[in-house]
Amino acid sequence: MTELAQHLINGLSLGSVYALIALGYTLVYGVLQLINFAHAEVFMLGSFAGFYSARWLPMFREEPRFLAILAVAMAACAVVGLAIERVAYRPLRGKPRLNALITAIGVSMLIQSVGQLPFFMGPSPQFFPSLLADGQLLDLGGVSLRKLQAVTFVSAVVLMVGLHRLIFHTRLGTAMRAVSFDARTAALMGIHPDRVIAFTFVLGSALAAAAGILVGMSYPRIEPTMGVMLGLKAFVAAVLGGIGNVKGAMAGGILIGLVEALVVGYGTSSYRDAVAFGILILVLVIKPSGLFGRAVTEKV
Amino acid sequence: MSPSPGQVWSRSLVPVLGGFAFVSLLGWVVPASRDSYLAYVAGLAGINVVLAVSLNLINGVTGQFSLGHAGFMAVGGYVAAGITTAIGGEYQLSFLPEGASDALLFFAGTLAGGAAAGLAGVLVGLPSLRLRGDYLAIVTLGFSEIIRVVIENLSITGGATGLIGIPPSTTLSWIFLWVFVVVIVSKRLVASTHGRALLAVREDEVAAEAMGVNTTRYKVKAFVVSSFFAGVAGALLGHYLQILSPKDFTFVKSIEVVAMVVLGGLGSISGAVMAAVVLTILPEALRPLQDYTGVDLRMVIYAGLLVVLMLVRPRGILGSRELWDLCPARKARTTEPTS
Amino acid sequence: MQVLRPGPILVALAAAVSIFATSCEKKTAAGSTSGDAGARSDAHAGEIVFGEVSSLTGQEATFGASTHNGIMLAVKEINEAGGIDGKKVRVITYDDQGKPTEAAAATTRLIVQDKVHMVIGEVASSRSLAMAPIAQSNKVPMLSPASTNPRVTEGKDYVFRICFVDPFQGTVMAKFARETLKIDKVAVLRDVRNDYSVGLANYFVESFGKLGGTIVLDQSYSAGDIDFKAQLTSIRAAAPQAIYVPGYYTDVALVARQARELGIQVPLLGGDGWDSSKLYEIAGDALEGSYFSNHYSLDNPDPRIKSFLEKYEAAFGQASDAMSALAYDAVMIAAQAVKTAGSTDGAKLRDALAATKDFEGVTGSITIDSDRNAVKPAVVLSIKGRKPVYAATVDP
Repeated sequence: MTELAQHLINGLSLGSVYALIALGYTLVYGVLQLINFAHAEVFMLGSFAGFYSARWLPMFREEPRFLAILAVAMAACAVVGLAIERVAYRPLRGKPRLNALITAIGVSMLIQSVGQLPFFMGPSPQFFPSLLADGQLLDLGGVSLRKLQAVTFVSAVVLMVGLHRLIFHTRLGTAMRAVSFDARTAALMGIHPDRVIAFTFVLGSALAAAAGILVGMSYPRIEPTMGVMLGLKAFVAAVLGGIGNVKGAMAGGILIGLVEALVVGYGTSSYRDAVAFGILILVLVIKPSGLFGRAVTEKV
Repeated sequence: MSPSPGQVWSRSLVPVLGGFAFVSLLGWVVPASRDSYLAYVAGLAGINVVLAVSLNLINGVTGQFSLGHAGFMAVGGYVAAGITTAIGGEYQLSFLPEGASDALLFFAGTLAGGAAAGLAGVLVGLPSLRLRGDYLAIVTLGFSEIIRVVIENLSITGGATGLIGIPPSTTLSWIFLWVFVVVIVSKRLVASTHGRALLAVREDEVAAEAMGVNTTRYKVKAFVVSSFFAGVAGALLGHYLQILSPKDFTFVKSIEVVAMVVLGGLGSISGAVMAAVVLTILPEALRPLQDYTGVDLRMVIYAGLLVVLMLVRPRGILGSRELWDLCPARKARTTEPTS
Repeated sequence: MQVLRPGPILVALAAAVSIFATSCEKKTAAGSTSGDAGARSDAHAGEIVFGEVSSLTGQEATFGASTHNGIMLAVKEINEAGGIDGKKVRVITYDDQGKPTEAAAATTRLIVQDKVHMVIGEVASSRSLAMAPIAQSNKVPMLSPASTNPRVTEGKDYVFRICFVDPFQGTVMAKFARETLKIDKVAVLRDVRNDYSVGLANYFVESFGKLGGTIVLDQSYSAGDIDFKAQLTSIRAAAPQAIYVPGYYTDVALVARQARELGIQVPLLGGDGWDSSKLYEIAGDALEGSYFSNHYSLDNPDPRIKSFLEKYEAAFGQASDAMSALAYDAVMIAAQAVKTAGSTDGAKLRDALAATKDFEGVTGSITIDSDRNAVKPAVVLSIKGRKPVYAATVDP
């Protein structure tokens, strides 16, 4: 029984990581119908931003520094996200979607390979410093819950709720939704699609940075390729929940985390990666619009 | 209006027979791949050509975005290697010299590998090809990753170490032969009614469906042909390197092949051939750069190329045109406008 | 139409002829494996050229970087001391991006185009396995610094390694666990993507069983994973007295942390993949009281080891690890072989390498046995105060 409870906690904890990253994917896809493959790399850059600012910026040498470093990382990644959108995605706005997809893959691999160059981050893993003192939150009869796990989960929920409010209860959110339905008509209604899209990327990248910091704190080994598998699985989570749907991203992330924990715990641990992809295939075959998505009929 | 016997011979049979002859002779002339680095790279380029031209059938001609080519390559390679290693060491056809018997076994293994990959193509294609664009890309990537994870775990495939001790059966002749076959099959397919259906699916799937084209069936057909040749390429690679490792079949490999097709121009067979050759030679030619700078910039250049290409010339080298469309005799003959 | 029918038959016939044509070609080509050793020696008159194949990019780039550093340090030292019989040593380095295909291509280029005298590489067995047949058929000696799969050198008289093999290392820890730590029940957590880890785990399981111990659970993870709690929770439920984690330090550090977070107190056991100063940095206190097998001990008072560590730190600004130490020794042994052979002829180098006996390297006293593997003792290190401390020596 304790085993099951522990597995569930592990699953929720890992799942909130997937959810955090998935939020960024779903946000950009919702507005642009683009799978932003580079999102995983922005996540990685967020971790490294935290690492370098803790190391180099003198004001951050001692704790408490969590919120400050978080802010720095989010700002840095917002800039990166903006740059990527401007340079790589905006010129391809009217072109076939395939082109943007290929570019996204290219940008993702570019950031990874540049990051591995000795001049930049280098290929070796680095130790992410402690920003918040970790410790046991709960320890009931062998079932352990750590502070950072709770922080990660709560952060994911808070960000999801905040995002949801933004999208459905603010003017900016309405503008984002309008652009996602029909950018040209939205422009006719007085919305600047370019600005809205830029803002979407800023938001998505900031979310990625937050995820990067939280992951760095909980799993203090960071390296340039850390975003690859996490990014893929988070994307699967976004699709599972219904891509474009914020609640779906959260639900998808948690679900994948739980299923992985249970499969590895009670089944076979060596096929772990296949679990996420298996779920993906099942979802896309049975209900492509995902758990919370609505089936869209294609009009001619 | 059926072609006259003379036209059938000149346009259809002679080129194919001549091609076989040319390819076989070429193998005699070119130095063995073990003796010349250039020949070695040429072999790798040839295998990449098979990959690129086969992927072009799906990504270019049919307009579906598949990111799973590495998985089919792996299936074909492992099946073929399994056959040659299991049987080759001990048995041979008694009425043939050993070399010929091994070659025949290798050929049979390659065909089996291709067939297995084709079967995998059906299994992957049937559920996936209902999905559009981005989703198909991710599903095919997912399938490819699942195949890789399975291969890494099974002991029959050698697990993480991979299959070693594969006989070095792939010679440049074999590679040229298969390049020839894949190009001919591609070209003929595109020119046939099947090809028309595929092009229709690419241009406007809804309209094609409305015109009575069973889009799913044609998409699956293209998938199967494409994955067959991917499997063949995998078999060729395994017997070229004498080892098959799951590390060679990650989605990075799939993306490399996609880059070749995109560079050549989606839909262009000759473009895919040229791009495959260029993108094989380029990393090799850039190796001295490493000596000067001390760092390996190849992946950076590769990825950068992809981005720049999409921004500056998304059509690739040839767009959807073919090299042989430039031939004046052909231009005079074709009455419909080239797409 | 009648006229179309001969077509397919002719095509099939042509195909069959082509197949036989290719098979005949294959036989003549197979006979002419290049052994132009003479051309090789002449190609670089006045200098010794080694070829290096390492993963400088890709997921295992950290080990490639360490290996490369070790090689460069050794070469610099050799050249500063005047080279080998007056000839300077040069290294041509190619990256293989962590892929066996690339490793094979790089090796072919080094041998056929650059005409190197010896190939040094690779770390991972899967890449060495791709490289070995090429070196063998071209009769160029290949020296792997760290590949532990026995099949790398099997049956190939030109392929050598200077590290111990998986069967030995797995047995070392099994013996230590059974006899010194007196442990009966061990759980195994292996890296399923890494043939080194899988091999080591298999041999450990075999030896441990033969010595009367029980493996209570055998779990896997994939290199690069960050979360191991699911596996560790199952392991916790199986109540082992130790956990064998024969993986790379990059993952082991996180495994250790998470094991402690789950309340698992038993020691962890491992192999030489643990050896890196980053291990302690990332794991913190989680590895106190754990053990791992390695090639050398940091607190070995041997001045050679001390001076190597200092030189490495001075040159690269970071502490050395097992990979760089092994690479350093590999180059030194290669250099000694060139000196002993008195020439760069492939066959002579091979014989000189095979005759390496009691070479005092940083990673121990190295003798090359008849299988072209290194016979050397392993040390077991325990971790106290975030440092490795000598615990025992195990002789082969």
